[in-house]
Amino acid sequence: MSRIRWFKFAAPAHFHALTGTLLPWLWAAALAFTATGLYVGFVIAPPDYQQGDSYRIMWLHVPAAWMAMLAYFLMAGYGLIHLVWRIKLARIMASALAPTGLLFAFLALWSGALWGKPTWGAYWVWDARLTSSLILLFLYLGYLALDSAFEDRERSGQAASLLAVVGVINLPIIYFSVQWWNTLHQGASITLSEAPTMSASMLAALLLTTVGCWAYTAAAALHRARSMVLEQAGNSHWVRRLRQGHRPAAARGRPARLAATPIGDLLGRRP
Amino acid sequence: MFQAFIALLHRDLTLVMRRRQDALYGMAFFVIVVSLFPLGMGPEPALLQRIAPGAIWAAALLASLLTLERLFADDCGEHTLESLLLAPQPLSLLVLAKLVAHWLYAGLPLVVIAPLLGLQLGLAPAVQLTLVVSLLLGTPVLTLLGGIAAALTLGARAGNGLMALVLLPLFVPVLILGSGAVEQSLHGASPQGHLLLLAALLVLALSLAPAAIAAALRIALD
Repeated sequence: MSRIRWFKFAAPAHFHALTGTLLPWLWAAALAFTATGLYVGFVIAPPDYQQGDSYRIMWLHVPAAWMAMLAYFLMAGYGLIHLVWRIKLARIMASALAPTGLLFAFLALWSGALWGKPTWGAYWVWDARLTSSLILLFLYLGYLALDSAFEDRERSGQAASLLAVVGVINLPIIYFSVQWWNTLHQGASITLSEAPTMSASMLAALLLTTVGCWAYTAAAALHRARSMVLEQAGNSHWVRRLRQGHRPAAARGRPARLAATPIGDLLGRRP
Repeated sequence: MFQAFIALLHRDLTLVMRRRQDALYGMAFFVIVVSLFPLGMGPEPALLQRIAPGAIWAAALLASLLTLERLFADDCGEHTLESLLLAPQPLSLLVLAKLVAHWLYAGLPLVVIAPLLGLQLGLAPAVQLTLVVSLLLGTPVLTLLGGIAAALTLGARAGNGLMALVLLPLFVPVLILGSGAVEQSLHGASPQGHLLLLAALLVLALSLAPAAIAAALRIALD
């Protein structure tokens, strides 16, 4: 019984209806958690005894780095589902996650660079984590490029799904190779771990912004997936009925411009 | 089954023998790129020795990228690929035959010419040996991974740049382990650890890549 219910939402019409109710909540959660987290982080949390106030970029940096990795794993998971069971919605979810993952990978690197300058004295160090994050960014770029490389959408989607799966096998290999390479050269002199203990308010702020990032990712990906579903369903029965009868619902499902990130636009993805 | 493997291998090698310049492009590119480093960084021997592992390995990566692009493109153009897909033998085995052929005409020449480049950059004989062994283990991995990207980008709009974008991140471990092995032996340490990891990578790629390539080809010709 529960199996049937799960597959129900793989049907575009049900997916569209479900996300229609979910999305406002997700956006609200993203906003609320991030705002609360940042308030706790900036106002309540004490300055670090070593780094002063510069450590506060952590509230953005750490969730972004986690999210970039998690989004890639999710994307590969959806890619695998798409390849094995040919569920169209899985492909849509995979390509809907990619721009957000790329955004977070970029944010993690950028905020890391801004954090690195005052603490390590350099914007960029060829540290194992930094390097593997950079390669993760390249993997996202390759995925997005391949996802829009063919006229035939089905073909693009399948090729990109396969690449995501290959990439996820390679990800731990990249991570460890980079780590060994790094220790060979200069020893593990820099790790991202702070002073071992973290005050409760710091931890709370970190957890809150992390949940905020999760909610944002879910909202952005579902929002993008929603417009892709509408675009692909095109002239099908339920979309036509949506257009005629339920104006407000159709209008809510349309903000494709809002959903496409600038980076996605740069790569030539159709919104 | 084995006959089909041999037949395909033979066919691909014969094709290359008929157009020898195609196989030489990769090698020439390899030599030229490595020769650019001394020209760009100055002729100081100590410096050249230090950059040699990375320079040679990065050049090998780029040279394989150059030859990999044509791996399936010609067959696709003349519809040989369809008959491979329809053949009774498993597609991954036939793909493996093509990959072996590719390595023989594009990968092996890089291994053979590498000592000359090592000589150019002033590497000692022991280091040269490590370089050759690392390339011998690493270039098949490049072919196997490259086959996936070549099959995925078959008939894409911007084939050239796309291939590099898709493939180079996947090549990173090979580059790191390969140049790492040479570096180790440059410092007089044993390169065994890196070489073993490279061999492990080869086994992994050999067991997974043909199936992935077969899947990618099926997508391409769906």
